Amino acid sequence: MTRRERFLYFFYLHRTGLTVSALTLALAVYPPLWGNPYLLGVTNQIALYAIVVLGLNLFIGYAGQISLGHAAFFALGAYGSALLSGEAGVTPWLALALAVLAASGVALLVGIPTLRLHGHYLAMATLGFNLVVYLVLMQWDKMTGGPSGYAGIQPLALGDFAFASDLRLHYLVWGVALLCLTLALNLVRSGVGRGLAAVAGDEVAAAACGVDTRAAKVKVFVLSAAFAALAGGLYAHGFGFVSPETFGIFASVDFVAMVVVGGLGSVWGSLFGVALLTCLPEWIDRFESYKEIVHGAILVGVLMFLPQGLVTGLVDLARVRLARWKARHA
Amino acid sequence: MAFSDLLQFLFAGLTSGAIYALIALGFCVVHNTMGFVNFVQVDFVSLGGMLLYSALFALGLAMPLALPAAIVGVTVAAMLVERLGLRPARSDHPLVLIFLTIGLSIMLRGLMALKWGKNRMAVPPLSGDEPLRLFGAALLPQTLWVLTLTAVAIVTLLWFYRRTRLGLAMRAVAANPTAAAVVGLPVGRVKMLTFGLAGALGGLAGVLVTPITTLRYDVGVLLGLKGFAAAILGGFGSLPGAVLGGIGLGVLETLSAGYVSSAYKDVCAFVVLLLVLFIRPQGLLGK
Repeated sequence: MTRRERFLYFFYLHRTGLTVSALTLALAVYPPLWGNPYLLGVTNQIALYAIVVLGLNLFIGYAGQISLGHAAFFALGAYGSALLSGEAGVTPWLALALAVLAASGVALLVGIPTLRLHGHYLAMATLGFNLVVYLVLMQWDKMTGGPSGYAGIQPLALGDFAFASDLRLHYLVWGVALLCLTLALNLVRSGVGRGLAAVAGDEVAAAACGVDTRAAKVKVFVLSAAFAALAGGLYAHGFGFVSPETFGIFASVDFVAMVVVGGLGSVWGSLFGVALLTCLPEWIDRFESYKEIVHGAILVGVLMFLPQGLVTGLVDLARVRLARWKARHA
Repeated sequence: MAFSDLLQFLFAGLTSGAIYALIALGFCVVHNTMGFVNFVQVDFVSLGGMLLYSALFALGLAMPLALPAAIVGVTVAAMLVERLGLRPARSDHPLVLIFLTIGLSIMLRGLMALKWGKNRMAVPPLSGDEPLRLFGAALLPQTLWVLTLTAVAIVTLLWFYRRTRLGLAMRAVAANPTAAAVVGLPVGRVKMLTFGLAGALGGLAGVLVTPITTLRYDVGVLLGLKGFAAAILGGFGSLPGAVLGGIGLGVLETLSAGYVSSAYKDVCAFVVLLLVLFIRPQGLLGK
């Protein structure tokens, strides 16, 4: 191997790690250079949703299941952490940890019977669970504040250093998001991840190859619920206010739309899907009355022409073009 | 609790149950032929109400003309949605198709908001609003209309599937699209007509329910989701199951509103739905 080949091989071998490092570096230096409060607000939201969608993509994209109810776990994390720190007087960090644990416990209880279901039945069951959680948040107003929401949540803090400003929050939420990203990237290349991909391909064949399909599905469901609850807790302490509107079934549908637009089973695609669908409402705000039509049209356009997702689809397209070009000039 | 109260709750439950059943049938009809959940069904309901409103007040038609006009309008819209929005799709992954219908549904809702605005509107009932008395319970004429027209629609649908050539063609496409194409059935056109049929069912639900609720561009969303829940409860794809699931869900909802708590009536309905699915994962009448 020449020096150049060795260099390129090193890049190829460590492409994932290098991309994660580059992303980390970019995120670390971007706020002091360009960050204004508005932009930071948007990117913080992207980080929070990315945590949810990374987990959801493991469940939908890799394991081939469907959930239209992940906003419920987002809600359990947010309200759980907010109420534990606000009403029970637990410190925010402990409240966050307990809320994630509790939401995972709920996911386990709901997941064991629900994951026996397939396809549309699973979609309905998760949707139903989301509706129940949403309605309870709306109606139990003595505790949750009902439709007007729950305000005055303490920020997370390290000693006197409170994660209250957009800038400080940026480092906290992106730190967690990058940890989750690394976890997801490693998980899908481990034996567990291969087992999940096998379940998505063919459940019976996966079982025949020795994958405990029921346990695998429940585990990844609980993991994705824990991701969602973690994001929810960070949301609550980061913004200091939660209201049921953020956690309705439309939020769940949006999460799945982010997974589908980014590409089923593509971890990097998830990040992209989140970024696109979070920025979109900001961009198309100026078309006020056409907002919904444009939103729908983009979803329809992507799914119609690049059904494998925007990132995977464009990469495939580029590969085909390149191969054709090479064939013509060979 | 008096008998008349129970009767009153049952009437209310049957009314909303009949509406859920119509919407659920629309979901099943599309699922049987095309194999995915069509969430645009939700907006066919709103569109039915909107077109009825326009036919009555913008065109000045009388109710007996406006009602069929609205239903035909939704049918045509549904066929356009299939032809322009779903047939060009390049994927047959169910999740991608479901999200395609969700995208189309968002677009259609945007169009309706643009055309009719976002305010609440009122549609008059089909005939009169003088309640009849029956064993101490009040019975609105609209309730009778809902029940009668739903029953007629169900019987017509069954007759259509069992006795007409088009119904047979739809069942053939449902059983095996490739084989249906091989024996010369125009599969694309059959799918388009299936969508039209689902649109007609959704539109009928819309014209019947909007005088009871109120009319808004997004009135169909919650109704439509309950229709989906009804279809799942009965066993997705089963037509008798859809009717049973719809009526069951409607009655359950009003009974829990009446005897448990009106704030938590939807919670009760969905918890029962989840419990049924845990015990019978394939729904009540599912295979």
